[in-house]
Amino acid sequence: MQRTSTEGPDYFHKVVDCQWACPAHTPVPEYIRLIAEGRYTDAYMVNWKSNVFPGILGRTCDRPCEPACRRGRVEDEPVAICRLKRVAADNKEDIADRLPVPVAVSNGKRIALVGAGPASLTVARDLAPLGYELTLFDGETKAGGMIRSQIPRFRLPEEVIDEEVGYITGLGMEVRLGERVGSLKALMDEGYDAVFVGSGAPRGRDLDLPGRQEAAANIHIGIDWLSNVSFEHVNSIGKRVIVLGGGNTAMDCCRTSRRLGGEDVKVIVRSGFEEMKASAWEKEDAIHEDIPILNFLVPKEFTHQDGKLTGVVFEKVRPEYDDKGRRKLVHAGEPDQHFECDDVLIAVGQENAFPWIERDIGIAFDEWGMPQINPLTFQSTAPSVFFGGDAAFGPKNIIWAVAHGHDAAISIDKHCNGEDVAVRPAPMTTLISQKMGIHEWSYDNDPANDGRYKVPQRDKADALKDVRLEVELGFAREMAYRETQRCLNCDVQTVFAEPACIECDACVDICPTDCITFTENGDEDDLRARLKAPATNVEQALYVSDVLPTGRVMVKDEDVCLHCGLCAERCPTGAWDMQKFLLEMTHAGGSCR
Amino acid sequence: MTYITKPQLHHPKLAENALGYTRRDYEGSVSTLCAGCGHDSISAAIIQACYELDLPPHRIAKLSGIGCSSKTPDYFLGNSHGFNTVHGRMPSVLTGANLANRDLIYLGVSGDGDSASIGLGQFAHSIRRGVNMLYIVENNGVYGLTKGQFSATSDKGSKSKKGVVNHDAGIDLVSLALQMGATFVARSFSGDKAQLVPLIKAALSHRGAAFIDCVSPCVQFNNHPGSTKSYDYVREHNEAVNRMDLIPHRDAITVDYAPGETVPVTQHDGSVLQLHKLAAHYDPSDRIGALAYLQSRQALGEIVTGLLFLDPEARDLHENLDTVSAPLNTLTERELTPGSAALARLNASLR
Repeated sequence: MQRTSTEGPDYFHKVVDCQWACPAHTPVPEYIRLIAEGRYTDAYMVNWKSNVFPGILGRTCDRPCEPACRRGRVEDEPVAICRLKRVAADNKEDIADRLPVPVAVSNGKRIALVGAGPASLTVARDLAPLGYELTLFDGETKAGGMIRSQIPRFRLPEEVIDEEVGYITGLGMEVRLGERVGSLKALMDEGYDAVFVGSGAPRGRDLDLPGRQEAAANIHIGIDWLSNVSFEHVNSIGKRVIVLGGGNTAMDCCRTSRRLGGEDVKVIVRSGFEEMKASAWEKEDAIHEDIPILNFLVPKEFTHQDGKLTGVVFEKVRPEYDDKGRRKLVHAGEPDQHFECDDVLIAVGQENAFPWIERDIGIAFDEWGMPQINPLTFQSTAPSVFFGGDAAFGPKNIIWAVAHGHDAAISIDKHCNGEDVAVRPAPMTTLISQKMGIHEWSYDNDPANDGRYKVPQRDKADALKDVRLEVELGFAREMAYRETQRCLNCDVQTVFAEPACIECDACVDICPTDCITFTENGDEDDLRARLKAPATNVEQALYVSDVLPTGRVMVKDEDVCLHCGLCAERCPTGAWDMQKFLLEMTHAGGSCR
Repeated sequence: MTYITKPQLHHPKLAENALGYTRRDYEGSVSTLCAGCGHDSISAAIIQACYELDLPPHRIAKLSGIGCSSKTPDYFLGNSHGFNTVHGRMPSVLTGANLANRDLIYLGVSGDGDSASIGLGQFAHSIRRGVNMLYIVENNGVYGLTKGQFSATSDKGSKSKKGVVNHDAGIDLVSLALQMGATFVARSFSGDKAQLVPLIKAALSHRGAAFIDCVSPCVQFNNHPGSTKSYDYVREHNEAVNRMDLIPHRDAITVDYAPGETVPVTQHDGSVLQLHKLAAHYDPSDRIGALAYLQSRQALGEIVTGLLFLDPEARDLHENLDTVSAPLNTLTERELTPGSAALARLNASLR
């Protein structure tokens, strides 16, 4: 193999698995260390800069970082990254003096933001301090978008939303709530310099089955129903409830039902338990609240009597896999099953809807009715109209919406300054030695052996009484500290300098996870098989040195490195050093132009 | 010095040996030696060898004297018996322990100061008595703990870190061990585990006095130009006479080498050493030839490594003394005082 090039932002970034997996590339180990030091406010601001909604995401994020976490590969479970973020939010001090100051003088550019969800709010957060005149539209009476309408209050209290949405709207912008934009053409005609569409994927899919019309009074679309609960238009449901669908919305629907009078609540899903779209922890939480999840049942018909829903008939199926491993659900050969119920919530997906965008104003749509968006710049085929969040590429989640928002803000800023939106600066990176003295590092290099700590929850009986009562109590400081100690500090990189190496093997001998090998060079497959511990995880890079005096190369498998720094401690010549890699994403502003 | 303990977290695919132990189970505490010390590599090789031999850690006794090398038993086999003895007296304490309990596997760890200076007599006598042990000298040719004076194994003409030339003749422990009748003699280099680990395995399986002289660079005081025990010097002058694989008796021999190049040697315990010749005419069963070869290569500044001499039919101290097969420390009063009838029989036999 060639000597590994660590220049540029990507090589070391990829070693920080959590940050690499995060759509907004939040520097996770950096804020976890700050939490460990008790610097909660600093930790919060690291998050706020990167993901805009630390308190909200610390409770609701889909946490792509956690399945990526290296800790999950050296022991059973990853670091509780998401819930540590909440610790920063819960324990921070007043951050008013750390927020950008509202700009007194406008730069003369006017931007309209359609929808006040996480994507638009991120664009607003990034552009307001630059002097843009922003106008934020939303059909609801409060800002927040799906954060407020679809996520139940027992997972995310209203105060948290108000606080973090408030930090953004407080930066100085016109917020026009209760004003649903009915025509993009009309909006554009108002002379905005750019329009950002962050209107989400607001339409819940329906199931057109026999009995749907007749029993309509007791069949509800999941996201609409959740929204009605959130805005207190609905406050009860029947005793027996069936939730159709296996995603996170289904989990929110069933748990909300349990709090609004549902005693016998079931989730019934077409697919198997493992293939369900809901996150593992959301399924766990539902099961904890005595909600059974029934799998491989396809709804066939809503049964009803005298215009009132009586139940749902399901066909039992089983999975069958073809040569290519594709799954097909086939009839299981068992009789259909009928489940009685009083209400049905349909949570089988949601989709985009753009009836308010005229098709003759230069915005091209594809055959599925989605706007054609450049995935890097988020620009539509109309140069001054940008999309982001669920509106751009279909339903994802908050953290993706934030990531889109940051990128769209860069594009809008460049567009308004007459620059090419395709030309985008790389993120800023620094790589700094953590050496403080002989065998002393400026980070805590001794990883704890503890297993993952569980976030304390409110007693179930109490939690089920009130839909607005938060279930999770959050980590207390002491427990949070112990959880932080599980973090492996993957951003503190093992950096190897060939000229200093005397090939004494000290690093090989000390490495607790057998990451380092000195061996004859070969191609990648060959090398992976010949290392001290075979490097079978091909997603993880091999760090290969130049040829050393004995003709061998140093090969380090990044896969399960604990970043404990023992290689550097036992190195007599300083050929190994522990260097902190900090990557800051490019955000809209001066340095981008 | 490293202040943290080595994390317990290990590679998820870390293999277990026949006893269900991983290599990590044979480790000790974190080394307090200087970073890059050759001794740490030898410790790692001992760990690897014991793991690969499926040795039960509690059946191993590791004994040492005084010095950097003699500190190392703390850094491997944390679950074995250990005795850090008096300077140069490890061979006697080991001999005593071996007499008392012949069932343990004895590993004597020493250095060039401990064995070639203060303990030279002890070293020689434990070897000539054929104590069943592996005696390993971690040989760095320098007094590291007292900051870099020449030791008794420093080669004549080599230079100290400050540039002083050594005028005294160096003691070659390998030649001495051969003369004293050691039945397994090898030399290796801490920087070559591929050679060292099989040698340690074979020596641990050998019945009788096994001796390994392991050149181990002192990074702090003896790893400079002018030293004959630096990483660079040893790598440039290392002449390996053979390579070896140890095949435990329970495994079938599957490796097939061209005839004439590989010599299989069966040991007492049934294990087989597969010796692959590197130097064409070197014969490790010829003690006198070995001595002559070593002298001739040494005169050229070469460091001969590999398995230098082996007598697979060796006798050990217990066999020479005709002791009972049970360890002496397990004999009870009943066996040790067999009564007046037995005494009468003994007396009668001497009349």
